[in-house]
Amino acid sequence: MLLVNKIENFFRYIGDLSIFVKDVLVWTLYGKRKLKDLVRDIIFIGIDSFGLVTLISFFIGIIIAFQTAYQLKTFSSEIYLAPLVALSLTRELGPVIGSLIVAARSGASITAQIGAMKISEQIDALDVMGVEPINYLVAPKFISLILSMPLLVIYADFFGILGGYLVGYFKFDIRFGFYFQMTFSALKYKDILSGLLKSICFGSIIAFISCFEGLRPLSSSDVAKSVTNSVVRSFIMIIIFDCILTAFFYFIFV
Amino acid sequence: MIRVEEISKSFGDKKILDRVSFTINHGETFLIIGRSGAGKTVLLRSIVGLIKPDSGKIFIDGKDITKLEKKEELNKIRENIGIVFQGNALFDFLTVGENVGFILSEKLGIPYQEIKERVRQTLNLVGLSNIEDLYPYELSGGMKKRVAIARVIIYRPQIVIYDEPTTRVAPIAVDKIVTLIEDLHKKFSVTSIIVTHDLQVGLKLADRLAFLLGGRIIFEGSKDELRELRDERVVQFLRGSAEGPIKETEV
Repeated sequence: MLLVNKIENFFRYIGDLSIFVKDVLVWTLYGKRKLKDLVRDIIFIGIDSFGLVTLISFFIGIIIAFQTAYQLKTFSSEIYLAPLVALSLTRELGPVIGSLIVAARSGASITAQIGAMKISEQIDALDVMGVEPINYLVAPKFISLILSMPLLVIYADFFGILGGYLVGYFKFDIRFGFYFQMTFSALKYKDILSGLLKSICFGSIIAFISCFEGLRPLSSSDVAKSVTNSVVRSFIMIIIFDCILTAFFYFIFV
Repeated sequence: MIRVEEISKSFGDKKILDRVSFTINHGETFLIIGRSGAGKTVLLRSIVGLIKPDSGKIFIDGKDITKLEKKEELNKIRENIGIVFQGNALFDFLTVGENVGFILSEKLGIPYQEIKERVRQTLNLVGLSNIEDLYPYELSGGMKKRVAIARVIIYRPQIVIYDEPTTRVAPIAVDKIVTLIEDLHKKFSVTSIIVTHDLQVGLKLADRLAFLLGGRIIFEGSKDELRELRDERVVQFLRGSAEGPIKETEV
């Protein structure tokens, strides 16, 4: 019986989430909104995340460089460090790490903010005043995320590559010009494009899940649960969609 | 005029409203009174269309809001309704000025300078001034309530609903809020609906009232009719006594 309930709840959740996604897309396309609200969200979601993304992507670049160098040493091919770091970052780690950072930082905060508004009747107040909460609160966050994520990912890629270069320079004495020449000669437009498309998809996932979870709580203890659910479910969905998109790009870009 | 006809609402197995009916006439102050958890807030939320009752009808100026197909139709009716929420529901990321002028800028697209002037005038009406740039968390409970009232009256709705207007307000500020509600009612000749469990406050303001107990209306009429009533449940409530037919668990 418990299992039946869980299955029923799962499908109910997916159903409600699908209706919510449809509403967000419709309001994003047809709703009117102020540039001021959009800018406020872009600053919070995008610009305020730059510091954390810089730090983490830089260290990830160093880590990948060391791990790659360890393998390449076996074949005495350390010279290929630059392309391998660049490809790992642009195709995979940049979008995924960037999205996980944004899901943990901004997604959790979006859920907490909307959840607090829900339990203090602010969402009801919007509704009664004839201001559609999805248009006023959710659509700007969705737009901000799909605009910010590709920029954050390019930024993360750059700092990751820079981290990789430090390893190349100090450990293998690879010079700056040569390292970046190797990097850019290995990168194809499809590598960058697939990373950017992934980042837009992951940004949408964060927006949908964090806002949807934010609109669910009925009490303050529910807000805490919703924030946890928001981060955990965003992580799961990002990884699942990463797998699907990686397979998809592998076949269409071969 | 608002006419509520036989509305019922359950959450799961728990019946919150059970065939509730009453009428609120234009221009009167109507009190919905009952103990905490009696279903008052659910009833109020049904009247503004935030909750759809399981059965029954709610007529506002002749239109049954439970039968409206489109949200736009409901929003059209809501343009004449303002609600002051129990916890004030002020937007905490906006300043007091932005809160009070919210509907003017978001819905009516009125120019900034005009909004600023109307916000100033409305805040003066509720006894506040020079607080436009403060955030709600910087205000006292009484001031928050006044700002919440200002946010509603700025667009001059015909019906104003107050959900527990004196809850979370310091005892010394309660009288001021009551006087303010009375003054605004007279000044704008609106229909006021007050939902409260505070009998003293309620009876001071109301022309007529409905008594809600266990999801049912057990009395509807004037204050004098209430005082003459010999229903033991009402008498117990009026006395504020723990002894009587209403048990602690019964709501």
